[in-house]
Amino acid sequence: MIKKSFLKYGLFVLGIMCFSSQAFSAEAMNSCLECHKEKFSQDDAHAKKVVLCVDCHGGNPASLDVSIAMDTSKGFLGKPARADIPKFCARCHSDADYMKRYNPNIPTDQLSKYEVSQHGKLNALGDKKSAVCTSCHNAHNILAANNPASPTYALNVPNTCARCHSDKEYMKEYGIPTNQIDDYKESVHGQALLVKGDRSSPSCKNCHGNHDAGLPRAIYVGNICSQCHALTYDLFSKSPHKSAHDRLGIPECEACHGNHKIMKPSDDMLGTGLGAVCLKCHNPSSKGFKTALAIKNSIEDFKTEIAEAKESTSKAERLGMEVSDAQFDINEANNSLTKARTYIHSFSKEEVASVVGEGKSLAQKALMLAQKAIDKFNFRKKWYSLVILLIFVFSLALYFRIKMLEKK
Amino acid sequence: MDAPKIKDRLIKWVEENYHIEPFKDIVIKKQVPLHEYSAWYYFGGITLFLFIIQIITGILLLFYYKPTEGAAFESVRFIMTKVEFGWLIRSVHAWSANLMIFTVFIHIFSTFFLRSYRPPRELTWITGVFLFFMTLGIGFTGYLLPWNELSFFATKVGTQIAGSVPYVGGFLRTILRGGEEVSDATLGRFFACHIIVLPLCIFAVLGLHLAFVQLQGMSEPLSVKDRQEKKSIPFFPNFLLRDILAWMLALGVLASLAVYLPAELGKKVDPFVSTPAGIKPEWYFLWMFQTLKLIPSKIFIFDGEVIGILGFGVMGFILLILPFIDIWSRKEKKNLFLTLLGIFMLIFMIFMTVWGLIDKGRQ
Repeated sequence: MIKKSFLKYGLFVLGIMCFSSQAFSAEAMNSCLECHKEKFSQDDAHAKKVVLCVDCHGGNPASLDVSIAMDTSKGFLGKPARADIPKFCARCHSDADYMKRYNPNIPTDQLSKYEVSQHGKLNALGDKKSAVCTSCHNAHNILAANNPASPTYALNVPNTCARCHSDKEYMKEYGIPTNQIDDYKESVHGQALLVKGDRSSPSCKNCHGNHDAGLPRAIYVGNICSQCHALTYDLFSKSPHKSAHDRLGIPECEACHGNHKIMKPSDDMLGTGLGAVCLKCHNPSSKGFKTALAIKNSIEDFKTEIAEAKESTSKAERLGMEVSDAQFDINEANNSLTKARTYIHSFSKEEVASVVGEGKSLAQKALMLAQKAIDKFNFRKKWYSLVILLIFVFSLALYFRIKMLEKK
Repeated sequence: MDAPKIKDRLIKWVEENYHIEPFKDIVIKKQVPLHEYSAWYYFGGITLFLFIIQIITGILLLFYYKPTEGAAFESVRFIMTKVEFGWLIRSVHAWSANLMIFTVFIHIFSTFFLRSYRPPRELTWITGVFLFFMTLGIGFTGYLLPWNELSFFATKVGTQIAGSVPYVGGFLRTILRGGEEVSDATLGRFFACHIIVLPLCIFAVLGLHLAFVQLQGMSEPLSVKDRQEKKSIPFFPNFLLRDILAWMLALGVLASLAVYLPAELGKKVDPFVSTPAGIKPEWYFLWMFQTLKLIPSKIFIFDGEVIGILGFGVMGFILLILPFIDIWSRKEKKNLFLTLLGIFMLIFMIFMTVWGLIDKGRQ
């Protein structure tokens, strides 16, 4: 027993000694941390992959002597000039062969994209305020984009861009608006991303790019929106609007929906009433005006039919009737309404009418089922009255029979 | 003109071939006391009537019901929407179940207040309490069968509570659920218990209960027992006709509820979503559920829920052995404290049930 315990104790002490010596040697290998420890966190993407200070800044981290450790003649690079940062990072990040060892799927085109970006172009022209890698990713304590604390995490991107782009003083010399973030926050995309936390909702980078961030050419804006709204853009591309927009140089989707402040579309945007975007281009005598009116009427008629079906279904449901089939049809009709709203982008009253027609038949079916349920309830009521009458008559007869029996 | 002859011949044939004289005597000679509390006698009969309706409608539902996770909800929907009068059968089944449990409560409380369990009717009471427990069991197992959101999560919560019983809780929960979670296996065993196990047990115990009632007759309340002038009526046909009159009243109520408040289908369950807010058990378990919610999570070093469940267990056991521990009624005396305790219990149960019904908070 004593022998066993001694062996255990000995192994434990040996383990501690090994661990301590390893810790000591690791500490000794990166002498930079003696002075610069506060700049790093455990979550740093480089530190996690054991990419140390020396790998970016050079020098001799094995020495505690500053003159040896930071000897420029021995390859110490120090802090790069701001304008040089993209190339500084690209030494590794553009080297596909090198990067493969950390992540075989990591992109290595950041520098080439940056060079064509607005930021890169201004940087090349010597603009000292233009964004470089560290502006968005930080210089140290660089966090992976899937880390919720990272400035490049999907939910944080708008605010990261806004750090410069909503700063009026900082952006003054560029002559571009600084209200994008405020507009975006109000938009349907901003609400989905920032309020509902839907990370699939687009933010600045989805339209402007990230490393190649720049102004999207308004004339091609449809290609950006179509990344998500594929059917809508397909319908638009086949419509007469496409050639008209191209010819007149009118931005595609943006002409009606705006850019940063894209609000949830409403049916008021359609037709010829107050708030209708069609009126921006079409005057009352034009064919487009008549088409807009026809499409609007078609959609409104359809909505009325769905509302009627819903009302009857609710009434039947309040009466306690089983109306799940009618409710299913109403849901399907609502899907058709959504489809019809998408088909508005064909700007063809015939195509919209075709989709509306399918939906209307569903709404009518739901209305019929609901009406049938109400009729059934009324039928039950009639029979119920008869049954109650029979029970009453039978009970009355029983009552008198009992009275007669007990009189005896 | 031939009808009486056929009737007489039929009776004669039965009497000659089957020796029913002793039974006939019991029925014909049996007298039912008539007094100001006689109305409470009818609730046993109404409960029996509702049980018969349960059996008939239950069999009809079995023609279409499919007890599997994938088909249960759809089969109930089919019964409600496509089967001719399916809505009526299911509504009558659901409402008669609720009414039956309600009348069982009335029957058991009236028996308690009238001290009808006193000797020599201890076994009538014990079989009655077993019937009460089994009625709650048949209600609990039947509630899951439509496999809708409400029934699924109420069963999940109910079986979870059963799992809190000390020592045997985990085993009990696994036995009830047929596994770790409420699933197809739970539905299968609840179905089997609902249509076979519990009805067979009920038939057996009900047979005994009715036999005891017929053999020993109706109990007279203590306040009536010593009266000089006592009234009574023959069981057959007078009391039976009165019973049928009460059944007609119950049938009228049942028809009204089935037509104006048909049983709901609910929303098909998604077992992967978390328990929605406002999930409650059926009304007859609500007073216990609400009480458990009020008990602090820790009482000294003990788990509050465990204390609550043990408390209900003790109450059930006391209810079962009541004829033997009520020493006053054994001496033909009424004890005011016991009556007050019963009134307190009744008010407490009603209050907690109403509170549970109106409580909209997260359960």
